[in-house]
Amino acid sequence: MKILVPVKRAIDYNVKVKVKADESNVDLANVKMSINPFCEIAVEEAIRLKESGTATEIVVVSIGALACVEQIRTALALGADRGIHIQTEAELDSLQIAKLLKTVVDKETPDLVILGKQAIDSDNNQTGQMLAALTNMGQGTFASKVAISDGQVAVTREIDGGLQTVSLTLPAIVTTDLRLNEPRYASLPNIMKAKRKPIETIAADSLDVNLTSNVKLLKVSAPAQRSGGVKVADVAELVAKLKTEAKVIA
Amino acid sequence: MSILIYAEHDNTELKAETAKLVHAASQIGGDIDVLVAGHDCAAVAQAAAAISGVSRVLVADAGCYQYQLAENVSALVVELADGYSHILAAATTTGKNFMPRVAALKDVAQISDIIAVESADTFVRPIYAGNAIATVQSSDAVKVMTVRASAFDAAALGHSAAIEALTQAHDAGLSHFVSAELTVSERPELTAANVIISGGRGMQNGENFALLNGIADKLGAAIGASRAAVDAGFVPNDMQVGQTGKIVAPQLYIAVGISGAIQHLAGMKDSKVIVAINKDEEAPIFQIADYGLVGDLFDILPELEAAL
Ligand SMILES: Cc1cc2nc3c(=O)[nH]c(=O)nc-3n(C[C@H](O)[C@H](O)[C@H](O)COP(=O)(O)OP(=O)(O)OC[C@H]3O[C@@H](n4cnc5c(N)ncnc54)[C@H](O)[C@@H]3O)c2cc1C
Repeated sequence: MKILVPVKRAIDYNVKVKVKADESNVDLANVKMSINPFCEIAVEEAIRLKESGTATEIVVVSIGALACVEQIRTALALGADRGIHIQTEAELDSLQIAKLLKTVVDKETPDLVILGKQAIDSDNNQTGQMLAALTNMGQGTFASKVAISDGQVAVTREIDGGLQTVSLTLPAIVTTDLRLNEPRYASLPNIMKAKRKPIETIAADSLDVNLTSNVKLLKVSAPAQRSGGVKVADVAELVAKLKTEAKVIA
Repeated sequence: MSILIYAEHDNTELKAETAKLVHAASQIGGDIDVLVAGHDCAAVAQAAAAISGVSRVLVADAGCYQYQLAENVSALVVELADGYSHILAAATTTGKNFMPRVAALKDVAQISDIIAVESADTFVRPIYAGNAIATVQSSDAVKVMTVRASAFDAAALGHSAAIEALTQAHDAGLSHFVSAELTVSERPELTAANVIISGGRGMQNGENFALLNGIADKLGAAIGASRAAVDAGFVPNDMQVGQTGKIVAPQLYIAVGISGAIQHLAGMKDSKVIVAINKDEEAPIFQIADYGLVGDLFDILPELEAAL
């Protein structure tokens, strides 16, 4: 069984992003970048499926500028077998990403595609579902458990009311939630080995995909700041303030 | 212009999000239809018809919609999409699940999690865990959007819109419901509560969450949690508040033993009043708290319960 894992290069989750003074976008100059955490969980799940003998090959794909190769190498060091880099400098929306991924799915015909449920930069939570629609596959989003048997995948999903399990016919799309697994760290020997694993580069504009989005970013501003930082001495003062000052309790 | 709103419900009850989406839609302008897709969901349709500003309630009542599987529901919405300028669903796990499918099948972008309507084509949404706010303009023929319900007031009730039954049944056959483990609670839902008290890793274990119960009872509060508390197995996943959990904006949010990581703040910093209880006076949560109380939660919680 072949698994395709798309990964996104995104701001590291420990970094608090700043908005540019001209409000044109956020400022990513000299900011630490990593694999989006949910994509890392996707890579880990694929590796575990390979370790348990369910999967035979893991292909990672990343779309974006040359720097994305760094994140592909990280995934290869973690245990993926080979990489595909779809190169483009364009700022793409989830729909264009999903269309580019569809070209990879068409060519690679994976049995399972595992993606992160959302990227922590755009916070869109769209790509997996869009790819599922474009490839006419079933989807198991926000997965906290994945079990494969007899050409089916049972996906336990984290939903607002609790957990829901659905069964999908393979090939299918899974998107990861936080509880699916705890990603490992890459070992030094594996980082060295990853340097010899193959990465194929494809120019995005060589693929027959319209890369223009109809959504224009007009501005990016800083959020309203809360004026916090006030301390109270004890419970009595807290309760009194909540009653008489904030008036949020009776 | 006309707007289709996907109703948030569990087949028996219309959820609070829907009236908020109607309010958001009224800011866009145009006729507003509400779609109820489910099974044995007549009561939901009645409740939706009572929301002021709704022109029609369309009801697709069929077995294939019982669990609102994304593959089936998106096919239904796509079939209905013609003629609508905007399609809205709440940014809940239901809306987030099927709406991108609708967008892709209509070959348009999705605008996720909008918090304000600037005009019929321009919307505001948080990015980077709410550390930046983007204003975006869409020229797509139909605007497919999910809405952060906590950012909008609810439309009034006391109306009676026409209810029309739909006969389309789309069973894509791509997915099947197996089972659900739903949390049963007498407390208000996190996203609908006026008061929330949340526990973090500082609670130490699941049993200690009982310390929050008495306070929640007295305040009519919902109980939430940080990711660390969920990951550690103290409480179930549906209690997670944050960037990648539930986004809440109650009148009062009490954070207990929570440090205030940006991912947690993203889910609660629009609360009207924030209280933080933490033994570390340097904890970042205090920077955004209206009232911070430094101390051991195991001393403070019983005292607070007694004082209320
Ligand atoms: C991709 C990604 C998504 C994430 N999404 C979310 C999300 O949606 N929601 C979320 O919450 N987090 C999320 N996180 C995790 C987040 O980064 C933090 O790790 C998490 O919020 C920490 O939880 P905490 O504050 O409970 O734990 P900690 O950071 O460990 O803080 C515990 C606090 O308890 C205090 N404490 C300990 N004992 C006591 C005591 N006896 N009395 C009083 N105070 C005490 C400590 O001083 C400390 O401040 C996400 C992280 C990633 C990478």
